[in-house]
Parts: sequence; structure tokens; C-alpha cells
Amino acid sequence: MAVISETIPGTRNSLTRLWNNQQARSVIIQILTVAIVFALLALILRNVVNNLEAIGKEFSFKFLMYPAAYDITFSPFIEYTSRSTHLRAAVVGILNTLLVAVCGIVLATVMGFLMGILRLSKNWLINRLVYCFLEFTRNVPVLLHILFIHGIIVTQLRPPRQAMNFADSFFLSNRGFFIPQPVWEPIAWIIAVVFIVSVTFVFFFRRWAKKVQDETGRVYPVFWISAGVIVGATAVAFIATGMPLSWSIPELRGFNFKGGLAIKPEFIALWLALSYYTSCFIAEIVRAGILAVSYGQTEAAAALGLTRNRTLQLIVIPQAIRVIIPPLASQYLNLTKNSSLAIAIGYMDVVATVGGITLMQTGKEMETMIIVLLTYLVISMVISGFMNWFNKKTALVER
Amino acid sequence: MIEKLKPEPAIQSSKDASKIIIEITGMHKWFGAFHVLKNINLKVSTGERIVICGPSGSGKSTLIRCINRLEEHQEGKIVVDDVELTGDLKNIEIIRSEVGIVFQQFNLFPHLTVLENCSLAPIWVRNMAKAEAEDLALKYLERVQIPEQAKKYPGQLSGGQQQRVAIARSLCMNPKIMLFDEPTSALDPEMIKEVLDVMVELAETGVTMLVVTHEMGFATAVADRVIFMDEGEIIEQKPPNEFFQNPEHDRTKLFLSQILAH
Repeated sequence: MAVISETIPGTRNSLTRLWNNQQARSVIIQILTVAIVFALLALILRNVVNNLEAIGKEFSFKFLMYPAAYDITFSPFIEYTSRSTHLRAAVVGILNTLLVAVCGIVLATVMGFLMGILRLSKNWLINRLVYCFLEFTRNVPVLLHILFIHGIIVTQLRPPRQAMNFADSFFLSNRGFFIPQPVWEPIAWIIAVVFIVSVTFVFFFRRWAKKVQDETGRVYPVFWISAGVIVGATAVAFIATGMPLSWSIPELRGFNFKGGLAIKPEFIALWLALSYYTSCFIAEIVRAGILAVSYGQTEAAAALGLTRNRTLQLIVIPQAIRVIIPPLASQYLNLTKNSSLAIAIGYMDVVATVGGITLMQTGKEMETMIIVLLTYLVISMVISGFMNWFNKKTALVER
Repeated sequence: MIEKLKPEPAIQSSKDASKIIIEITGMHKWFGAFHVLKNINLKVSTGERIVICGPSGSGKSTLIRCINRLEEHQEGKIVVDDVELTGDLKNIEIIRSEVGIVFQQFNLFPHLTVLENCSLAPIWVRNMAKAEAEDLALKYLERVQIPEQAKKYPGQLSGGQQQRVAIARSLCMNPKIMLFDEPTSALDPEMIKEVLDVMVELAETGVTMLVVTHEMGFATAVADRVIFMDEGEIIEQKPPNEFFQNPEHDRTKLFLSQILAH
């Protein structure tokens, strides 16, 4: 036997020996994979270049500088007319996508956490109501929700002349919601400064309070003092500067409202539908996160004499948040990408402007699609980058 | 202090005429329709060490969990250290900070180190300075013989070590009463001894102990009284020697024959 086992390695050829070496094999597989990927990419790129040549198109972004010659009904941040360039139209589209994504993420998070906690309520009625809403909502495609809300606004609400009127300042009509707009006088910068200073103060106060607790054991009601300082200081500044705030109230002029803030039906529909749809998934994530912390933890903390709030703050939330963050990031990404359904109701996001009308008018499908794709890619990477950072920060070592 | 000087009521069973620290009268508890504890009457005097045993499902865990109101009783009265347990949340918090409990599943906080596990309650409930709380924690970790593990997380320790940390965590609150809910049932056999040793040592310090366990050796060595429960009732209670050699009830005899058979 000994003779055979000594002679066999020598008799195998060197290639077989290399393949049977664990390390060498993994290197070979990696090299092969990279080679195949690059070969495929080259093939695709060549194909694109050839096909574009065959139909006589050149690959260039010059079209972005030409006038767009189409109207965009919703551009809350920058000036846009039909004489503006395609580039400006693209920027309007990207900003609109960002607007609905950010507003959606905020509302979905608030609603999601609220419903997730209500879902754990011992009150049978609340628990069941939330459960029914969740199950109904998350089992219907989000496109239907968007069309449903949009349909309600444009078909069931009345035109501006017969708009639903709340206290002569809030109007709901089929042309959108009209609400009072805050108008700040120039002196209002003082309030902003006071606000920022009080937030900074609270930041240092919290560190100081932690230090005092470590040294003497004295516990300050940190939350209430922080909230009091921020609200109080800002309110004092507001009164001291002579309340430099007025409201521009929407008023009916002719067939539509003038003044105030106009929120378009398309935006409301998209924002609300995306938010409540996504919030249902977030609610389940939050519920799962809280339930993932075993009841024994709560019992052990209670048995030591910790109050309910301290148990939540020190024991339950730190353990739950770690379970919640990663799937929460996925939901934020979903919401952002689902906002491309805007095109169904004519909300002018990046898909509707660059990927829609600009594409139709210029025939630059490669270039416009690259812009749309990169827009979503960059937004998604920023969100997931932030969430990964947050996850690392809250991730807890257990060993 | 003043309460302690008050004349004491006659007591049922105790080594010396010391103060009654736990008094349960006519207590009933239901889980839904299931009558888990039936007419429990129990007096425990300060410093007494009681072992509670009985078949599984007999309500022994539920009984001791009622003493710091991890379970709510529906009828009768529980008075712990002169405070009656009612829905009053402040009273409950006071009682809980005086009564330590050690669970079968340890229930250590996995996101905190051993030292933080032990110093958490002194810091947040007793408002102790951090350094002071950590000294206290180390003192009790030394008493359970694992001061060298202070900086580790519970997940890095063996079951026996985790249970000893759990005991130290309770002791850091300097409790008047210690409850043990099957502290060795989730442990490997070779780890049971290290936990029991700590408990025997603890018993010598004079803290009131109520221990739910099937470790009859521990009962014989340490207990002043053994309580046998079945189907939610206290069937009999006696000093350990009498209990093991001379059980009165058939159910007690049956139970003892089963657990002492091997």
C-alpha cells in the first residue's frame, strides 16, 4: 500500500494535480469566470455599435442641449417651459422622482412603524382592523392602488369652483389639493439660527447628562428636557422676532385657485399609494423585529425593576432594530423603484420625461435609457449606502 | 426599619421567630379557563430556604412567578415585604427591585457584556454611578467565580457560566428574596454542580430563597422546608428529612418513587 500511495502522485500529470489542489482550483475558476464575463460584455457592446451603425445612428448626448418642446405640468423646484432643453426636462424628471421617493419613504416609515406596533396591540379591535388593512393592501399590486387613488381624486372630487372647503383655507378638488403656504419675512433667519443652536445645545446636553450619570448615577429626564429646550427656544425666538410668518391662503379666481400651495392630483395619488402600500411591508418587518426579541428578555428586565419604557429603550429596541434595518433598506429601494409607475397616471418623473417624451422625440433610446438607469442606480446606491452605514452603527456584537 | 419592630404575627413554620416576608392567602390563578393555582396559602419568613417540587404542569413555576408579578393572580392576596401586589405599577417596580429571579433559560441580555448585564439595573434602577455599579458587579461576579469573563458577551460563555452570571445579575440589586425557576434544568449534567455550588453558598448568606428544582440533593442539603405541589395545589410541606423519609400523601409518595428511582 505504502508503495502505491507514494508512486501515484508522481504518475499523475501536472495539470490534473493543479486541478486537484484546492487553492489552485479556486484561482483557475475565478480567472475563467472573469474572462467569460468580459467576453460577453465585449460581444454585447460590439453588437450595439454594429446595430447603431447599421441604422445610421450615432451614440451621443448632444440631443440634451436641444429644446425639448413639450410641457411638464409639475415642476416645483426649477423653472421649466417648453422652450427649455431636454437636459432641463431630465433634471425636472429626476427631481420629481427624488421628491416622491423622499416623501414616500418618510410617510411609509411613519405609517409602517405605527401599524407594526398597533399590530402587536392586545386590543382585539385595533389589532384586527390593522391586520385586515395590511392583508388587503399588500396583496393587491401597487399599480392598482395608484390608479385607485388617482381615480378617486379625478372622478369623485369636484372641480375647483365646488371644491371641498375646510375653514376657507384647505380645498380639495379634482385639480389637486390647495393648502395655505407659509411666507416667512426676512427676519425669520433668526428663528432658524436659534433652532440650530438649540439642537446643538441638546446634543452636548445629552453627552453631559450621560457623563453625570456615569459619575454620580443621577438620571435626568433627557428626552423631556431636550424636547422642551428645542420647542421652547424656537417658540421664544418666534415671538421675540414679532411672529414673522404669514400665510398665503389659496383663493378661487376664475376656474382655478390662486395663491397657497397647489399639490397636483398625480403627486398625491403616487405619494399616498406608494406610501401606504410600502408601509404595510414595513409594518410586518417592524412587528417581526419586535417579536424576534424573546419575551424572556422583557421579563428579565422587568424582574430587575426596570420600568416599561427603560426596558424598551435599553433592552428591546437595541435588539429589534438590528433585525429591522436590513429588510427596511430593501423596502426603501422598492418604493423608489416603484415610483417609476408614475407614468401610468402622468406624474412627470424621470421615466416619463427622459425615458418617455424625450425618447419619443429624439429616438435616442440607448442614451435616454442609460440616463434613466443611472438615475435609479445612483439613488438606490445612496439609499443602500446610508442604510448599510446605519446598520453597521446599530449592529450589535454578541461575541 | 420601623416596620421591622412591629409585633409579628404567629408563624407557621420557621427556624426562629423572624419576620414574615412573603404571605400568600387564598390565592387562585387561571390561564384562560385553566385553573392553574388553587387556593394557595403560604407564609415564608425572612431567611427561610424553600424548595418547591412537583410534576411538570403542577404550577410551581407559576407560583413563584406570581411573587414578583411576572404572572398576575386573579383571586386572593399576596403580600411581599409588607407591600401588597395589586395593579399598582409603582409598587410592582419596588417589589421587583427587591426580589431577584433566576430563569431556566438564563435570559441574559445578549447585546450587553457580562459586566453591563450585571451593572444595568444598579445604574438605571438604583441610580448608581457607573464605576460604583461596575465595582459591585465585579464583586458578585467574583462571588460566582467568573470575574475573568466580565468583558465577554453571554454568547461566548457556557450554560453553567451564563447561569452564574444570571445569579450575579440578580444579586447586584441586593435582593431580600431570591427566586429560582428550575435554574439547572437547561444545563448539561457537568455544569449543574457549579451552579448548585453557588446556590449552596448563597444559601449560607441568609437571603430568603424559593427554589423550584428537582435536585433533591440540594433540597436535603439546604432547604428548611420542601413543598410538594400537584395540579395547582400545595399537597404537603415539611422539612426535607421528614419529606423524603416520611411522605404523607399518596401523590407525594408516587412522585418521590419516580424521581428517586434511579
